[in-house]
Amino acid sequence: MTDIQNQTNKAGWPTNGANKILAKRHRTERNFRRLGLTAILIAMALLATLLVSIVGKGYSAFIQTTITLDINFEQEILDPKDTRSPETLKAASYGSVIRNALRTEFPEVKSRIELRRLFGLISKGAVQELRNAVLANPKLIGTTRAFELTASDDVDMFIKGYISRDVVEQDRRIKNNEIVWIDRLQNQNAIQTRFNTRFFTGGDSREPEVAGILGAMVGSLYTLFITFIISFPIGVMSAIYLEEFAPKNKLTDVIEVNINNLAAVPSIVFGLLGVALFLNVAHLPRSAPLVGGLTLALMTLPTIIIAARASIRAVPGSIRNAALGLGASKQQAVFHHVLPLSLPGILTGTIIGLSQALGETAPLLMIGMVAFIVDIPGGVTDPATVLPVQIFLWADSPERAFVEKTSGAIMVLLSFLVFMNAAAVLLRKKFEQRW
Amino acid sequence: MLKKTLGLAVIATVAIAGQAAARDQIRIVGSSTVFPFATTVAETFGNKGNFKTPVVESTGSGGGLKLFCAGVGDAHPDITNASRRIKKSEVTKCAKAGITEITEVKVGFDGIVLANAKTTAPVKLTKKQIFMALAKQVPINGVMVENPYKTWSDVDPSLPNTKIEVLGPPPTSGTRDAFVELAMEGGAKKFPTLKALRKSDKKAFKAIAHTIREDGAYIEAGENDNLIVQKLVTNPKAIGVFGFSFLDQNSDRIQGGVIGGVKPTFENISKGDYGISRSLYFYVKNAHVGTVPGIKEFIAEFTSEDAFGEFGYLTDKGLIPLSESERNLIREKATSLQNLKMM
Repeated sequence: MTDIQNQTNKAGWPTNGANKILAKRHRTERNFRRLGLTAILIAMALLATLLVSIVGKGYSAFIQTTITLDINFEQEILDPKDTRSPETLKAASYGSVIRNALRTEFPEVKSRIELRRLFGLISKGAVQELRNAVLANPKLIGTTRAFELTASDDVDMFIKGYISRDVVEQDRRIKNNEIVWIDRLQNQNAIQTRFNTRFFTGGDSREPEVAGILGAMVGSLYTLFITFIISFPIGVMSAIYLEEFAPKNKLTDVIEVNINNLAAVPSIVFGLLGVALFLNVAHLPRSAPLVGGLTLALMTLPTIIIAARASIRAVPGSIRNAALGLGASKQQAVFHHVLPLSLPGILTGTIIGLSQALGETAPLLMIGMVAFIVDIPGGVTDPATVLPVQIFLWADSPERAFVEKTSGAIMVLLSFLVFMNAAAVLLRKKFEQRW
Repeated sequence: MLKKTLGLAVIATVAIAGQAAARDQIRIVGSSTVFPFATTVAETFGNKGNFKTPVVESTGSGGGLKLFCAGVGDAHPDITNASRRIKKSEVTKCAKAGITEITEVKVGFDGIVLANAKTTAPVKLTKKQIFMALAKQVPINGVMVENPYKTWSDVDPSLPNTKIEVLGPPPTSGTRDAFVELAMEGGAKKFPTLKALRKSDKKAFKAIAHTIREDGAYIEAGENDNLIVQKLVTNPKAIGVFGFSFLDQNSDRIQGGVIGGVKPTFENISKGDYGISRSLYFYVKNAHVGTVPGIKEFIAEFTSEDAFGEFGYLTDKGLIPLSESERNLIREKATSLQNLKMM
């Protein structure tokens, strides 16, 4: 006791002992900051690795190799009776038009096996391209024209450098004679790489070069729409009732605990519930965005209720009291004052809940949305799949070219999520009230 | 406003639900192994433009048959794919739900390969060695003990002195079922004690032959075979277990192991020489033929020479075709919707 007094008396506060303690405190402070910084750096590094690997693998999904061939739209093959009726044009054999074009380009190829390989340079989807072109412009028939056709996935992989020339021939998916043909086409500038529009305008396909994500995007939009119109009103109403009107008793306590618990329930459980409720009892169609949306709405509800309750609670009591004091009813106070003030917070919570639903696959597995669906869904009862499911299906496909498609689809999904989360941040920034 | 939205939503839901009537699209469920082939056929079938493209779900063989046998009507699938034959219990279950007429269509073979990275020597194993390396319990001098083998040379001195590290599918996978049944059980039978056990107590034998060790030598790598391929490339010491189509697509990076002296090639699997191969099937609900449009045409497409034939488009996807005489027989049975007979 006296020691301390002596020290402070003699030289004021910066004595040796005090200096030591101060230095130690500064040291721990610095160490703590460094630790925090390291944590952030590790997180950033992991995120960067993820992004770099996805973008590095996936950017080539947006590029597609095409081969230009002189296509002879022969009258005899496409429309022998000269009717020009859409039915004939639809059913015509565009495959033989392409095969003829390849034969004239490479007249030296004769054997059956070699011809099979040669025809394999062009994607199976090219038939569709020619059909669409002829249907749009029947005047093409009888003319010969240079036409850009989608190359097959193996050619595409080869041009993009994923298949190396140095590997032994029997282990390479592109054989020596195919390389000769590709080189010759390249020397004639007949091979181009283009932006892959089909990736954004097509449905799923088993041919990687034809596969697109539009079907999954539309499916995701329908599903999220259903999720929103079900979970948002119900969630907000429950939050308002629980916060503003419900009496505080055992029952509301139990309800509150249950809602918090529901938010932590694994999503697959909601899938099982969806099967039991919507498929087995309500007999809604399998694989439909309607059922997917309803199931995901069940999952999103607790998130929305919790977020809405928190932001309603954040509105100061004085606002309610002022409204009530001026003679407003309780309902008027809530709908005229409390709800508008808490809406930014509610919307933020809703968007975060929805972006969680956007990335969900497990519950959809149970209700049949993990499926191969080619057609673009036209409504909420059509069979559909969603973006994360599409990623899962492509990641599981043996064809090498699906690796880049998978990463490409991940990039699309990520940009959707970034967009939604940015919207949440903007909403909060713009309308947030500080008390 | 909110109330209105809610009301509208409810009305819309009810209206839409009421509308979901007669189906004009084939629905297929079942095995993830048959999935790539069924989807390819579905797409080609849809592209011909006469019918809508069938919806194909990947639910696993067991899950598919469960959905298939649930009943007759629009809500239930028309076709299920399976990487094994339908079980007697499943046929009874189907019959209980009123599904008595089922057409069985065998589409081809699938080989299960043990592969490693191209940078090292190819794997050479017998089924007995596979069992010894991967079973949870192995017989040593006639007594069952916990698997003591750490390296391949522990299993057999002729094998390399590297750690046993096998990446394979989890128990939910059909590939795992087939691997266990064909490779592990085949290896277990080579031990006289276990062979005797199989005769006296089949259940106990299966429990031993079907249980894979859990001490880290066998790594469950998830259902994603692409992932196993990538891991093999980065870890040349590891061996992966997956379907032949993944080997076929990645033959510049990985090589298939020789099992019992036979290489997993297209020809060897199709001839039946390769030891770990299985048949793939799909099953059609005959009651739906005629009510859902296109089922007969879909069967015809799947069993056409262009599809499951020797040079058909399914072989490009890794399906190993049946012999020509068997194909003809199956085509005839399938297109005439011959009812399934269980032996």
